[in-house]
Amino acid sequence: MSRRKRKGDIGALLFRGFTQGIKQALLVLMAFSTIYPVYYVLVNSFKTRVAYAQSQISLPREVVLYNFVQVFNAPNFLRWFANTVLLAAGAVLVTLVTGSLAAYALGRMKFVGRRLLHNFIISLMVVPPIVMMIPLFVLMSRFGLVNTYPAVIIIYAGMLLPFSIYLLRSFFITIPQAMLDSARVDGCGSFGILRRILVPLSKPVMFALLVVCTLWVWNELLIALIFMQREHLRTIMVGLTLLKGRFSVNVPLLMAGMSTAIVPMIVLYVFCQKYLVRGLVAGSLKE
Amino acid sequence: MSSGSAGNKSSRNRAAVKIEPYLYMLPALFILGFIYLYPVVQVVHFSFLDLRSWPGDFIGLENFRIVLKDPRFYQSMLHNFELLLTIPVMVVIALIIAVLLHEEVWGWKFYRSLLLIPYVVPIVAIGIAMSHFFKLHGGLNQLLELIGLKSFQRQWLGHPTWSLFSVAVIIIWREIGFGTVLFLARLGSMPPEILEAARIDGAGWWRRLWCIVVPELTTVIEFFVIINIIAMLSQIFPYVFVMTGGGPGYSTWVSELYIYKQAFQFNKMGASAVVAVVLLIITITFIVLSFRFREKLSEQYE
Repeated sequence: MSRRKRKGDIGALLFRGFTQGIKQALLVLMAFSTIYPVYYVLVNSFKTRVAYAQSQISLPREVVLYNFVQVFNAPNFLRWFANTVLLAAGAVLVTLVTGSLAAYALGRMKFVGRRLLHNFIISLMVVPPIVMMIPLFVLMSRFGLVNTYPAVIIIYAGMLLPFSIYLLRSFFITIPQAMLDSARVDGCGSFGILRRILVPLSKPVMFALLVVCTLWVWNELLIALIFMQREHLRTIMVGLTLLKGRFSVNVPLLMAGMSTAIVPMIVLYVFCQKYLVRGLVAGSLKE
Repeated sequence: MSSGSAGNKSSRNRAAVKIEPYLYMLPALFILGFIYLYPVVQVVHFSFLDLRSWPGDFIGLENFRIVLKDPRFYQSMLHNFELLLTIPVMVVIALIIAVLLHEEVWGWKFYRSLLLIPYVVPIVAIGIAMSHFFKLHGGLNQLLELIGLKSFQRQWLGHPTWSLFSVAVIIIWREIGFGTVLFLARLGSMPPEILEAARIDGAGWWRRLWCIVVPELTTVIEFFVIINIIAMLSQIFPYVFVMTGGGPGYSTWVSELYIYKQAFQFNKMGASAVVAVVLLIITITFIVLSFRFREKLSEQYE
């Protein structure tokens, strides 16, 4: 990276220091604006209402945990967390299983219509969810499936599948054919090859997918809003919109609610950053 | 699996080979058909029905007439298109940050680790928090006072002139990290000699950015732009829903909110389906485009 400048060339050195300063300043500005909104939520959730009314931007003079206690005691709040976790687990499971089966066929078998199916599935990645909501809602209500977990899990799995199939397939095709052939010689059937060779080898991709999908389900609003209407069945995101109306005069309490939804994702990010980046980049480009 | 075994297999086995791939595809195709195909066909059907009572009477183009007479429809679509202006802003900022991080400016690892924080933070949580931040007596105006810019204080979300702008700021804040990460990955796969040679030939920072980095990254930038066009036109519901709910007035209504409110609050499924069809047609255009760029992009990574 560093090409040495002639020593004693003070003008060039100064200029270099100046440009380095500007670059550093730009990055500091980026870092500040990236973190500030999160800082704002966290800091205000430890304030009393009086302290919040005085200043929203200063640090709290006294740190109170009262808001968190109250928000956890709010009706159904913990239930919303549990619902979200359940939906995420179900959707990710269905996605991974059906996704690897499909990706295996698309990546490792030759059949009529393979290319067409592949293109079709990829193009679904960008179909806006709102387009499907009305017919799905009508259908689900006719079968009495609104306000049920399986309905939402299957819709979530549908939303996650195109991306997952794309990602898994692009990994499956990188595995050398010789490896699969020797497994076949050793007596593996086609399902055995998937289960014993492809799936164990693609653990990192599976994990990246797990992270991206969990994140997606956690943050999802529209589908949960439409299909989980009973208060005790809401996800944490829909629950938060409910808190918004209920505690609009007690903002620090509201902020505490937001913090509890934000912090788990930040923790996930800190521990799984590598996988998240890999999943996102590979999801748009081939690795 | 295709070329695996020699020709002494029985004909039963060969038949099994042919049907097998479809069996593996079946569960996924079932879900995709149920979640995408059926609803897409059905929503087109719905747009011609009077759905106040099930199963609905055929009323021809009546729903289209209602929507085309509704000023809220035009306003919503207009706001979607206005949000497209966030894209050039995101591209420029993301490019600059990506290049700085690629140059390994002091502390780059730390800065890089921050990039995706907005992306993992739930839109709902940050949106609700920001709706308080943007209030007249909210954090932003307090910050402005602190740094002596009191004259810039205003009703960020409460005034129709600024509400969409404020929502756009949060959209940019959250979506930009993805672009930076994408650009950074592409820069990493670029041969370092290219930049080094330009530097030795005396090309300055901006020149290198414009004449080397941007052309090298054209495909990934195009891809990011297409993806975001689709997002701005059809995937920003949570932002407006939690930050403004569409208000004040109709100043932050977008097509998705129109569809949602018509269908689930005003019980006007037909009008809602019409706008869904419009949105579908618009996005199909961009799906075709995004597809072309994805293929181009994959070739570059071979």
